[in-house]
Amino acid sequence: MRTLLNIFWLGLKEIVSLLSDVVMVIFLCYAFTMAIYVQATGISTQVNNASIAFVDEDSSALSKELFNAFLPPYFQYPKYIEARDVEDAMDKGLFMFVVAIPTRFESDLRAGRNPDVQVNVDATAMKQAGIGADYIKNIINQRTSTFLKRTDEKAREPVNLVVRRMFNPNGISAWFTSVVAIINQVTLLTVVLTGAAVIREREHGTLEHLLVMPLSAFEIAMAKVWANGLVILIATGFSLFLIVKTVLQVPFAGSIPLWFCGVVLYLFFTTALGIFLGTISRSMAQFALLIVLVIVLMQLLSGGTTPIESQPKWLQYITFFLPSRHFVSFSQVIIYRGGGLSAVWLQFLMVTAIGLGFFVYSLVLFRKSIAVTK
Amino acid sequence: MASSASQTVNKPVVSIKDVTHRYGNVVALNGISLDIPSGLMVGIIGPDGVGKSTLMAIVAGSKKLQQGKVTVLGGDIADASHRGAVCPKIAYMPQGLGKNLYLELSVYENVDFMARLFGLSAAERPVRIKELLDATGLGPFPDRPAGKLSGGMKQKVGLCGALVHEPDLLILDEPTTGVDPLSRRQFWTLIDDIRKGRPSMSVAISTAYMDEAQKWDWIVAMDAGKVLATGTPAELMQRTNTKDLEQCFIALLPEEKRSGHKEVTIPPRSDAKSEIVIEAKDLTRRFGAFTAVDHVSLSIERGEIFGFLGSNGCGKSTTMKMLTGLLPPTEGTATLFGQSVEAGSIEVRNQIGYMTQAFSLYGELTVRQNLVLDARLYHIPPEKAKVRIGELVKKFGLEAHIDALAEDLPLGMRQRLSLAVAVLHEPEMLILDEPTSGVDPVARDSFWELLIDLSRKQGVTIFVTTHFMNEAMRCDRISLMNSGKVLACDAPQKLIEERGTATLEDAFIGYMEDAIGDAAAKEEDKDKAAASAPPAGQPATQPATSEHHTGWFSLVRMLAYTNNETMQIRRDPVRLAFAFIGSALLMLIFGFGITSDVEHVRYASLDLDQSPESRLYLEQFAGAQRYFTLTPPIRSEEEALKRLQSNDVSLVVEVPPDFGRDFRRGSKPDISAAVDGADPFRGETIAQYAKGVHDTLMHDPGSELSSGPDKYTAKFQTRFMYNPTFESIYTIVPSVPSLLLVLIPAVLMAVSVVREKELGSIINFYVTPTGRLEYLVGKQLPYIAIGMMNYIILVIMARVVFGVPIKGSFLMLTVSTLLYLIVTTGIGMVISTFTSSQVAAVFVTAILTILPTTQFSGLLQPVSTLEGRAQFIGSIWPTTYYMHSSVGAYTKGLGPDFLLQDIIFLACCAPILLIVSIASMRKQEK
Repeated sequence: MRTLLNIFWLGLKEIVSLLSDVVMVIFLCYAFTMAIYVQATGISTQVNNASIAFVDEDSSALSKELFNAFLPPYFQYPKYIEARDVEDAMDKGLFMFVVAIPTRFESDLRAGRNPDVQVNVDATAMKQAGIGADYIKNIINQRTSTFLKRTDEKAREPVNLVVRRMFNPNGISAWFTSVVAIINQVTLLTVVLTGAAVIREREHGTLEHLLVMPLSAFEIAMAKVWANGLVILIATGFSLFLIVKTVLQVPFAGSIPLWFCGVVLYLFFTTALGIFLGTISRSMAQFALLIVLVIVLMQLLSGGTTPIESQPKWLQYITFFLPSRHFVSFSQVIIYRGGGLSAVWLQFLMVTAIGLGFFVYSLVLFRKSIAVTK
Repeated sequence: MASSASQTVNKPVVSIKDVTHRYGNVVALNGISLDIPSGLMVGIIGPDGVGKSTLMAIVAGSKKLQQGKVTVLGGDIADASHRGAVCPKIAYMPQGLGKNLYLELSVYENVDFMARLFGLSAAERPVRIKELLDATGLGPFPDRPAGKLSGGMKQKVGLCGALVHEPDLLILDEPTTGVDPLSRRQFWTLIDDIRKGRPSMSVAISTAYMDEAQKWDWIVAMDAGKVLATGTPAELMQRTNTKDLEQCFIALLPEEKRSGHKEVTIPPRSDAKSEIVIEAKDLTRRFGAFTAVDHVSLSIERGEIFGFLGSNGCGKSTTMKMLTGLLPPTEGTATLFGQSVEAGSIEVRNQIGYMTQAFSLYGELTVRQNLVLDARLYHIPPEKAKVRIGELVKKFGLEAHIDALAEDLPLGMRQRLSLAVAVLHEPEMLILDEPTSGVDPVARDSFWELLIDLSRKQGVTIFVTTHFMNEAMRCDRISLMNSGKVLACDAPQKLIEERGTATLEDAFIGYMEDAIGDAAAKEEDKDKAAASAPPAGQPATQPATSEHHTGWFSLVRMLAYTNNETMQIRRDPVRLAFAFIGSALLMLIFGFGITSDVEHVRYASLDLDQSPESRLYLEQFAGAQRYFTLTPPIRSEEEALKRLQSNDVSLVVEVPPDFGRDFRRGSKPDISAAVDGADPFRGETIAQYAKGVHDTLMHDPGSELSSGPDKYTAKFQTRFMYNPTFESIYTIVPSVPSLLLVLIPAVLMAVSVVREKELGSIINFYVTPTGRLEYLVGKQLPYIAIGMMNYIILVIMARVVFGVPIKGSFLMLTVSTLLYLIVTTGIGMVISTFTSSQVAAVFVTAILTILPTTQFSGLLQPVSTLEGRAQFIGSIWPTTYYMHSSVGAYTKGLGPDFLLQDIIFLACCAPILLIVSIASMRKQEK
């Protein structure tokens, strides 16, 4: 009872302190609204505005038809270039794709032959290159057959493959990127907020003051966990309902309470990590340098930027101990795929276990850290 | 130190007219006018926060003059050319022990650095530095890092640095605050000796110890941004009819501040022995090889006021921390109320009130909130707490400030609030760590009134540390402490009697000399110091201070900064690790972590037909092993959904019932492929693969399911240029260095400048002839070198770890990298001019570099596909050009002619950034 009251009062103090920091509050609001929106709608993994050029050695009605088939938003309006300029233009990075239509292209097709179309792809532009090349093939094939048969009807193959994109039928990137953006903000801000709170208390000597009072390190740390966790939890909820659901219209397939349970567990981990980093760094400046490395690692390897399945096998074993990976993973399961507890219990367990590890270790270090400063 | 009245008519060395200085709304100097006579030892006295430091910094040319006129050494200090001309004649030591020293650098290196900035030649420097170090008694430890020196020694190093160029005006801001009495005495002897050698030199000193100032030639008494009085100490004391300078100062204060002040009188303690409440036996604490507290034993009775007297870093605070259980002792035991502190029982802690050295309450909470928080944490019932808080607020005179934020209180009020918080729960024991440092004499006396009341009327045991002698005199008993040891412990008067000295200070010095052992040897040292002092004043070598390097650019000064920065970073493991391990680690994370290769997709089949045709179709998927990995088959639709949901598989190929029959009939049956689209990019790619596998099967002439070649379709020849296997590693690995070589050098460069601002050593740039160009380029060079080493590491990693060699011109890429690093450190430089804390510098630099680099320079999206503003940012952000060279040289195998335009762009950026930084860098503090 005594312990609970102490944790409550200390946490309340933490919230009052945070709210009196106007710059921080404004930054929090920005980070969970505008920043999420910008990230969600900014970078698209779809082909967008791709630069394309044509080498037209046929100059037929069909080749002109094909030239005019490439339109925004997927492609920029194509440009004609000469065959001898292809290498040079691509070396300079002027175009991602150069389509070369050979001489007698139309007449060969009409004669029932299958002439070659060359598609040059700048394969250093990874994400767009592969998908873009497929788009180009589809567009050319479709236009060619409509043009020659004067009909939109496509000849059906003996077996028809119907691809259903589950959970995101139109492949809208914002559905995915908005949630990843929230996850990234949660990771960054919780760690920074909690870690900075620990260091500030130590640098101002208030931590010493608390440790001399009839309080335990557990109570002091736990107060920081719930107070900072709660602030971020509210911001996350706000962001999810306002930005993700209302503005971006992302449907929520699974159970919202279940997802928030996961968020709470993850917040326990991030606050514990913040306390840990705040305890091991000797000054705010060291903390800042450390944070840059830790956050980059947590965000890049979480699966939000690159699918976990694409990581090398040995790296996947390592990232299994990265709670941010499990956060991204159970968010995908719950939000898009509509999975229940049975599908995410392992992720929940891992996040909790690792969070507990950091929390306990920080408590051990807590008193020692007083000796380290000054 | 003769102070004759005739000296006061000397023509002024500094003349101050109507100077006002504000920090935001706070007025630090309020219309001051003052003439400081030359050739004298001038003391500026007053408590903390009255404007002493501001005044001195303005006179030294370190702080920018806001309003009024200050003439120093015959010229206007606001005039930059005059400042440039006289700065070699002024020496300034800012407040704070070793504030303008570089703590990682050794004693010799610190002084040598200053000598270089003042343009002493390589031949003069060692001679001059040796003279100074011998004169100050630092001769035996030239190689000790400044960070490992005691406070007194740090101040001596600072003094050597200040004297290295023979100044005419020496400005010392609180040089002895927190220094032990013996070092303090040595310090003043040293200054006297130097003045003997150079009688024309003027010295201006500020101090919080009034007794020190009593011996000086001329005094300026300051309070609340105004001058109270000036004159010789004798004149001032005569005028106020007081015996010492401290009382004189109180008498000079305006009426309203003095009201209520009375001499502190201490009623004697009753002689009756009472129980012992604090007991320490052989308490020892070591930090590594350093012993902070060395076998301290003490016992304190109930109701006693027990003082700990000693300098900064003598082990007072460490002892207190052990007594309060904050620090476990290495050896020995401590008991409070007969209980071990380490057990740390809640009951014991309920009996202690503690006030830490610095103000340790929450500045962002109000006075009332601070009190209420502590009442709650001590579980005082709300009604009782309300009454108690009301009582305390009244008694401590905090009524007027009850709803003010604690951080807005004046220093004296804050100390009272701290005490109020410490006694809120009516503890039986108070532990106070330097409660009155920096507080003005009146507030200090009223603070002591409260302590005496607590001790004598309420029987509270008080354990207090201090470095003020007159406060120590008020304690029932004191311990004299020096370098971790207790030298003596008794009533102050008894200690004085025992040594047969006039004051407690003399007694302390006596004990210290005994402790050092051979006082005789010490005496000899002093003689030596005195003997060598004249040459310190008039060196045999004629320093050519202003002759050599007065031009706007000096290679010596620039390289002095380069050398200094290199040594600092080599001795700072954290920044060093960030520079090298950081980049290697990030290269690994990015290289392995970012990939757009989608391979070995786990899939399962749901074959509801089980016909030869369905098996034939599904075999085609099993054959595409680079793309698909088969998992156990699925039996039902529900199972399919479940396995997709739990991310067990990402693709389910469903063959409907009667597929084989329909196919044989030619009724063109559907096959359904359910793709996990939660990650849209991955989903899209998997869908393409599935179509690809299907198309291959349909057009395979050998297959029974094939339809044969189609009419009216073209054949496609896709050339994946530069990266025929289409693996993302060939793009990512060359791109990552462009990000790392902007992030890390820019962060380090910004931190190196801002760190100096935060720690105070930037003052060396303000008050020496160093130019902006010399300073910035001097600091930049080591980081360009670190960047180049990083580049080599990354090239080797790319080759060895990732197997990505450079196909194009290595030489051109290296040239391009060098230019890029000049540019990226330049970005850090620009950021450092407008950030003032290291944390802000790190975050601002990280955000400002990572964002445009990842979004607009071709890392994720090719530059040719950007539009509008994004395209504009991309076209001016230097990383775009370096990224092009890097990817060009590694993967595209481009020759020099293609990299040339990138190199030209980068070469143009470099001077622009330097000019911007120089233009926005201030040569004075605001």
